[in-house]
Amino acid sequence: MKRPVRWHIAVFLAPAVLIYTAIMIVPLFGTLNLSLFNTGPDGVEFVGLANFATLFGDPRWADAFWNALGNNVWFFIVHMLVQNPIGIALAAILSSPRLRMAAFYRTAIFIPTILSFVIVGFVWKLILSPIWGIAPGLLDLVGLKSLFAPWLGREEYALTTLALISVWQFVGIPMMLIYAALLSIPDEVLEAAEMDGITGMSAFWKIKLPLILPSIGIISILTFVGNFNAFDLIYVAQGALAGPDFSTDILGTFLYRTFFGFQLQLGDPYMGSAIAGAMFGIILLGVCVYLFGIQTRLRRYQF
Amino acid sequence: MRKTYLTALLTSTLLAGPALAQTTLTIESWRNDDLTIWQDTIIPAFNAQHPDINVVFAPSAPAEYNAALNSKLAAGSAGDLITCRPFDASLELFNQGHLADLTGLASMANFSDVAKSAWQTDDGSATFCVPMASVIHGFIYNADAFAELGIAVPTTNDEFYAALDKIKADGTYIPMAMGTNDQWEAATMGYNNIGPTYWKGEEGRKALIAGEQKLTDPQWVAPFEQLARWKDYLGDGFEAQTYPDSQNLFTLGRAAIYPAGSWEISGFNAQATFKMGAFPPPVQAAGDTCYISDHTDIAIGMNAKSPNAEAAKVFLEWVGSPEFATLYANALPGFFSLNSTPVEMQDPLAQEFVSWRAKCQPTIRSTYQILSRGTPNLENETWNASANVIRGSETPADAAKRLQDGLASWYEPQKQ
Repeated sequence: MKRPVRWHIAVFLAPAVLIYTAIMIVPLFGTLNLSLFNTGPDGVEFVGLANFATLFGDPRWADAFWNALGNNVWFFIVHMLVQNPIGIALAAILSSPRLRMAAFYRTAIFIPTILSFVIVGFVWKLILSPIWGIAPGLLDLVGLKSLFAPWLGREEYALTTLALISVWQFVGIPMMLIYAALLSIPDEVLEAAEMDGITGMSAFWKIKLPLILPSIGIISILTFVGNFNAFDLIYVAQGALAGPDFSTDILGTFLYRTFFGFQLQLGDPYMGSAIAGAMFGIILLGVCVYLFGIQTRLRRYQF
Repeated sequence: MRKTYLTALLTSTLLAGPALAQTTLTIESWRNDDLTIWQDTIIPAFNAQHPDINVVFAPSAPAEYNAALNSKLAAGSAGDLITCRPFDASLELFNQGHLADLTGLASMANFSDVAKSAWQTDDGSATFCVPMASVIHGFIYNADAFAELGIAVPTTNDEFYAALDKIKADGTYIPMAMGTNDQWEAATMGYNNIGPTYWKGEEGRKALIAGEQKLTDPQWVAPFEQLARWKDYLGDGFEAQTYPDSQNLFTLGRAAIYPAGSWEISGFNAQATFKMGAFPPPVQAAGDTCYISDHTDIAIGMNAKSPNAEAAKVFLEWVGSPEFATLYANALPGFFSLNSTPVEMQDPLAQEFVSWRAKCQPTIRSTYQILSRGTPNLENETWNASANVIRGSETPADAAKRLQDGLASWYEPQKQ
């Protein structure tokens, strides 16, 4: 007996596959392809990996690239160390049945996430402005005026400041995901633990945390991809030259400057594509490390 | 019956079409601030003479203009008339065949070679945009504050710093309104404002292009040394001060001196409630020749693929006329006409700026012609270096050396 061809699978998959191919996969390969070309004496010609050789071999390009990558890594570290722990802590507090007005806090903390980067960048620039900002005044009220510095203008603070602004904006995302994961833990498990005398903080560390580890893993990888694709906030706050002295230059702004050009610098789509290719490689590598190295080892529990 | 009616309707539409048809010209521009001036002043004046040509001014945001224009030209959807950035951005468009050759335009005779140089091929054989205006750099000051503190308008460098010291000692005003957050202020209103005095304007600029001078020569390092001194006179937290912050500090009367470009004039006139004056970049010793940056900034060209080339040329001839020059210079004080015919201007601040043309040697920004063609881009590097020098994170000598190394890495005449 012949099994009927299951056409419906193809039909149901088709819309997603077609759209995803058209707007993601084709441009991705188009960009990777473009990175193998450059303008030569007779117009555009195939140069193989020469663009990548320039990017990593020419001291100017390499310096700019490693600077951007280093800044990007720091940007990611700040998110991992600040955004995600705070997100988990907020979720744990919100899921506590004794907290009143939980829905209000949840909404208030999540609202910045839905704001545009332009608004966030502009508002924080105003708050932190040494001239009109409220930050110097607020610090003055608590007698800490001496701690104020024009953070966005100092090489040593600017990137961390921007990373923290980004944390403020996006802390709602880990909070929501962890909150959902915490709610899905069955009460029986917690009640059984309570019978064994595990309550309060130790219930969180011993029961809840292991159960939400897969969610934390997902959040980490989302943070990683998001941070290495970041561009908007830096561009809005510091401009395409990512000042002061390129101390806030991340891969996204470096790519933008190269690809589209800036002021008198004409755009170079070929070197720009090479940078985009390098970014793709970095993100792919990070995701692979996570998928094969970490996710497969996470233990899952079924209730 | 119904069919006849429809036919009649269609026929009348078809017949009415050509009778009403006017050529419509669309202008691409980055000057979105000037939209009302074009709509209320310039286009009506043009239509008074050429009622058959309809002109639409369609600007986009300055920061997006170059990218947006390039994509529109590539897609064939750009307007008939293209506002031209100076030098390489427009030259590239001409070389790609997007801008038409306008060398034969009769009104080109109204412009000097210097005025046209920003929109010509390197050998000067083809001109592709009609020059519209230049901007002049200098310093705008709060005249009320100067009178209150008893400060005379400085002409030499020593007087300049003496004035700054006096304002600082008094403490009522921030001596100078400038920040390093946006970087370009430091380069454009700092380095390229005071620089020509040291590298002797065109002489130094041309020698640099020819490879006879280097950015590490004393006359090219000196402007950085001056900028390094400015740090003490800027407001608290100038590192995070943006360009609009600087403008507001000055127009609110909180700062006394503003390193300026003349394009600020109309905005400042509208905002400031005090009397303003202007002085050119101070010279080193009394009696020295002064040099000003009189930078060719804006021109207008024709889309080579425009279907309305004839009408566009009529418009461009008019843009090259003395009539347009008077109209434009007065509608937008601070954008000075490049037309050889002298233009009467009403605005006192604009008159002050333009009067320097008579006593000082004009030049254009040193980084704009040819030198910003390669990677690293000299203009962008200069922004970064100027901001670093003012912040004190790089010494003038180091900054100059970095710029020179960058330039020499790709520019043949500087490779020795």
